Amino acid sequence: MDTLDLVWLIPALPLAGFVVLLVLGRRLGEPAAGWLATAACSSAFLATVVVFAALIGEDQHHRSHVYDLFTWLQVGGFDVKLGFLADPLSITMALFITGIGTLIHMYSIGYMHGDPKFSKFFVYLNLFVFSMLMLVLGSNMLVTFLGWEGVGACSYFLISFWFSKDANASAGKKAFITNRIGDWGFMTAMFLTFATVGSLDYSVVLERAPEMAPVTATGIALLLFVGAVGKSAQLPLFVWLPDAMAGPTPVSALIHAATMVTSGVYLMTRVNPILAQGYDWGPDTIAWVGVITALFAATIAVAQTDIKKVLAYSTISQLGYMFLAVGTGAYVAAIFHMVTHAFFKALMFLGSGSVIHGMHDEQDMRRMGGLRKLMPITAGTFIVGWLAISGVPPFSGFWSKDEILLFAYDRSPALWFVGLVTALLTAFYMSRQVFMVFFGEERWREAADAEAPRDARRPHEAPWVMTLPLVVLAGLAMVGGGLNLPFTSDLHFLENWLEPVIEGNERVIDVATGTKVGLAVIAILAGLAGIALAARVYLHKKLRAIEPEILLEGWRFDSSIAVFMGGPGQRGFDGVAAFDTTVIDGAVNGVAGAVSGGGKGLRFLQSGFVRSYALGVAVGVVGLLAYFLTRSGI
Amino acid sequence: MMLAVAEVTPAWYLILGSILFSIGAVGLLVRRNPLVMFMCVELMLNAVTLTFVTFSRMLNDVDGQTVVVFVLVVAAAEVVVGLGIIVALLRKLPTATADDINVLKG
Repeated sequence: MDTLDLVWLIPALPLAGFVVLLVLGRRLGEPAAGWLATAACSSAFLATVVVFAALIGEDQHHRSHVYDLFTWLQVGGFDVKLGFLADPLSITMALFITGIGTLIHMYSIGYMHGDPKFSKFFVYLNLFVFSMLMLVLGSNMLVTFLGWEGVGACSYFLISFWFSKDANASAGKKAFITNRIGDWGFMTAMFLTFATVGSLDYSVVLERAPEMAPVTATGIALLLFVGAVGKSAQLPLFVWLPDAMAGPTPVSALIHAATMVTSGVYLMTRVNPILAQGYDWGPDTIAWVGVITALFAATIAVAQTDIKKVLAYSTISQLGYMFLAVGTGAYVAAIFHMVTHAFFKALMFLGSGSVIHGMHDEQDMRRMGGLRKLMPITAGTFIVGWLAISGVPPFSGFWSKDEILLFAYDRSPALWFVGLVTALLTAFYMSRQVFMVFFGEERWREAADAEAPRDARRPHEAPWVMTLPLVVLAGLAMVGGGLNLPFTSDLHFLENWLEPVIEGNERVIDVATGTKVGLAVIAILAGLAGIALAARVYLHKKLRAIEPEILLEGWRFDSSIAVFMGGPGQRGFDGVAAFDTTVIDGAVNGVAGAVSGGGKGLRFLQSGFVRSYALGVAVGVVGLLAYFLTRSGI
Repeated sequence: MMLAVAEVTPAWYLILGSILFSIGAVGLLVRRNPLVMFMCVELMLNAVTLTFVTFSRMLNDVDGQTVVVFVLVVAAAEVVVGLGIIVALLRKLPTATADDINVLKG
């Protein structure tokens, strides 16, 4: 058997973990259930490594292997197999999903310690990893969609994990319903693809993409983008992600930072030939939506006080960067940034979880401060993440962000400029967070001292199961940039690796080395300026903090939706509902009424007297006879 | 000895058939005893059978006689079911007429 056929094992292992935990989870209890889930995820990681090694062994242009497990649906010409696609893109995704997933599973053992639903948490977590792997490994759009819905459902379960609190339950609902809009786009794109090409297999669809009419290709690409906007929380469908922070912090790290929210970027990269076949304004739309989201979310992050909300808006903003990269044809940069972002953002989410854990469920940054002395490992690793996201070389974030900005500059200086401002804001709000949490005065002391007994409420460092993932992720966030160094083409590891997937569609840019260096220096300066500004405001208190209410409330985007839906929107939908009850229901009920009225009238013919029926028959026969005789006879 | 015997033509059989059919039809309409009504139906059936045989003979075509065999089989089956129902009914309501049995009234 071909080693590449083992690709089905990658999602099967977390699925097995899910099934076993579903049946035995409660009996296994804490911490065995957690370790079992971690083992399931890490064995999936090992399987991915095996497939990865086999894929490297192949010739560069044969690095695409489809393994069909069975025929899933067959209706006429519509033939869908439950198949897996092992190619550089899907295996890259699978590697970091299972790798980071394993670390986060392990971390969760410490974080969820003592929770009454400990084992159920890992049931969901394994189900999520399974769905996410189906999403990236599916060999056709329908399997991807299966995973797409699966991660959506798991996201819902996990956001509202502590559903006894009303806010958590409605946050889960909000995420689910908002994603529904995106799913509409995905489904419509699938219908359109099938109508055009007659298949949903990536191998067929992407092969035949160059034959599509540009208008069809643009339509499919933008409908898929609607799906991506929902899943990856871009304008205007980002509203669910900040609320999704109601879930346990490991969930925020795994689902709402590292993996699920990047599936939109994965999808757009996967269908890059369709994107390339469409009109130019299609990718431009994507780039602009991305960069505006990046800026918009960064401005909101500046004023947040909840430690996780800052990271949530930061995630939206970084996802915007990835879409900027996709829109400018920089698919490698998009995947590169996705991977480095997964490292440093998962790191910071886990770090914030460690802080929340150490602070006894306190999430307000205004009641933190000076924690670096009490939580040295958390602080140290968090600072690595901070430097990475702020774009300080040589940390990973610098390399990937720099590449995106370079492509943006080549496409349009306006895109580049907005991206640069976002980079400055990113450095600013992340520094603000670091200074508020780990430096400065110990604002938690008052509250803690007020409560007896002394020292019991003091912040404390997390146990080793939580700090070990932090250290590993910090290491990755530090050296992740090595995946794709811009110096010589030998160092473009990721680019060379992904080339078969995006060949021909990656934009080739021709920028002088001097310009490249200049742009990089400007980006570094912007990042440092952001850090310096934040230091003056939040560390040295030389400048007054500007945190307008409107930014704290996210430009009132969310509340305006609520106001609109409560007012004119409600009236509009009431009208639609009235139309439904009067016209549509009226037509249906009218037909039913006519039939039943007619029946009521006719039932008097059914007298129950056999002889009258016989008379009816006789009269009928005579009538018929008379008719035929008069017609045919004379 | 010559008896003035008129020749029996097929028309006679046809006339006999129509007379039997009319008796049956009128009987079905005017009588109320289920058993008698049932016999009237049988009479009508047999009138039709007679007509079939006559035409078969007239036209020198065996199809008519074939149909008769089918009618006999169907009639036998019908008697089994119909008579069964009627006997069961009369056992339950010995004095019932067809007009009393109208529970299927709409």
